Amino acid sequence: MKMIVAIIRPERLDAVEESLRAVLDEGDNFRLTVDGVEGHGRQSGEVEYFRGHPVHVRTVGRTRITLCVNDAYVEPAISAIIAGARTGSQGAVGDGKIFVLPMDDVVRIRTGERGSAAI
Amino acid sequence: MPTPTLTIDSGSTAWMLASSALVLLMVPGLALFYGGMVRRKNVLSTMMMSFVAMAVIGVQWVVVGYALAFGTSMGGWIGWDTALVGLHGLAPTKLFGDKGIPELVFVMFQGKFAIITPALISGAVAERVKFRSFVAFTALWVTLVYCPLAHWVWASDGWLFKQGVLDFAGGTVVHISAGVSALVLAWMVGPRRDVTRGAAILPNNLVLTLTGAGLLWFGWFGFNAGSAVAVESPVAGTSAGLAFATTQAAAASAGLTWMLVERLRHGKVTSLGLASGIVAGLVAITPAAGHVQPWAALIMGALSSLVCFAAVQWKGRLGYDDSLDAFGVHGVGGILGAVLTGVFCFTPVAGLLAGETAQIGKQVLGVVVAIVFAGGMSWVIGAAVRATMGLRASEEEERDGLDLHVHGERGYHFDSL
Repeated sequence: MKMIVAIIRPERLDAVEESLRAVLDEGDNFRLTVDGVEGHGRQSGEVEYFRGHPVHVRTVGRTRITLCVNDAYVEPAISAIIAGARTGSQGAVGDGKIFVLPMDDVVRIRTGERGSAAI
Repeated sequence: MPTPTLTIDSGSTAWMLASSALVLLMVPGLALFYGGMVRRKNVLSTMMMSFVAMAVIGVQWVVVGYALAFGTSMGGWIGWDTALVGLHGLAPTKLFGDKGIPELVFVMFQGKFAIITPALISGAVAERVKFRSFVAFTALWVTLVYCPLAHWVWASDGWLFKQGVLDFAGGTVVHISAGVSALVLAWMVGPRRDVTRGAAILPNNLVLTLTGAGLLWFGWFGFNAGSAVAVESPVAGTSAGLAFATTQAAAASAGLTWMLVERLRHGKVTSLGLASGIVAGLVAITPAAGHVQPWAALIMGALSSLVCFAAVQWKGRLGYDDSLDAFGVHGVGGILGAVLTGVFCFTPVAGLLAGETAQIGKQVLGVVVAIVFAGGMSWVIGAAVRATMGLRASEEEERDGLDLHVHGERGYHFDSL
């Protein structure tokens, strides 16, 4: 079992969800948590204007998605996120990053199921 | 001179009642306009500095403000009537001059101007001024600066009025005085810590700012077209119609010009730019509204956007932190509008464009008097408040946000539980 955390452009969330659904959805809905985050990577913020004065914004807004999958689904999920989140044919600085983390256990609160069955 | 109306004129009274309410609506409009431009941690503090004038000056005006501004003149310098203290001797049936409206309606109309003028100043010192000090400054400033100036320019015995200075709806009394005082106060309070540190300061919600700009434009029809009360009888007549048309034309032309300037300079038209242009145009046409033709209003609006845009760009180099450009828009736009009134006016006197040079001199006199008097007095009041209460919030309050420390609230809770 792995936890996959990805930081993506907010405007690519729909595309990422669509491509994830194609590989993860097995008749019921696939599981995804979405939140808004701010930060910066190699790309160093954006420039906005305030009454004609350029203002350098230190952080940019991004969307963070978190999903937990069994081992067989890790690579398909990564490929799906890349396919949905990459902009242009070559991708661009600021497209985001995917983190894959080991996960010890999962508990479904409703039934008390553990591990792979609960994911 | 038409024969003085001895009976009430229902059309005029209705228009002045509506105008008074419209001018009051500009205060929440201004609060939204300013409130959207500051950081999230100061949104309530900034809006409160406009709203508080409705409470504080709303009382001051009834108690002594109206008596000082429009009571029986003492040599053209200040008004006073003991009967007007608390308005206790003013019968509801008493009509105002030859205007056919109850004097109480005139009291309320003028009171809204006294409320919005100090609120304009708050934009220059937003995000770091001490709230109670600003409230004290507001009360003193309206009593010692606004009331005398309104008397000089608008009361029929005021000395600037007698000199023939034209200020239809408050270019001098409202915008120059507020703008210059804002500059003085911004300089006395000092720049925000994040301006000194060079950190990015971005607006929390420009949706509020655009909403506020729209309400300001709407309310300004009462501000300008209602000001026909000074020059015509019945009040809701041709001067009101002229002022309404020039107000619309100047705001539109100024908004369009600011958009074009931004498009040429940065390739993009910003929403804050359009909102700023609209306000710059409204400010510039204020002294001229009932004195110029609509085509002249188009020119005045466009010029105001060009000059105010430049003024706002220069502020960084001059080293003062006028947070929301109260001086850059109201001070600069007000001065430009007051001077241009002497160029384009055609009624009741002709201006420079018609070859008459006299009026422009009078306009410059009004501008200089307003700058010197409002600027000097604001320094005196600011120094007195600084010595007794302090002008600036603490470092901690400014860092964490004035909303939480001063008001015990946050403006937004919808992004956290």
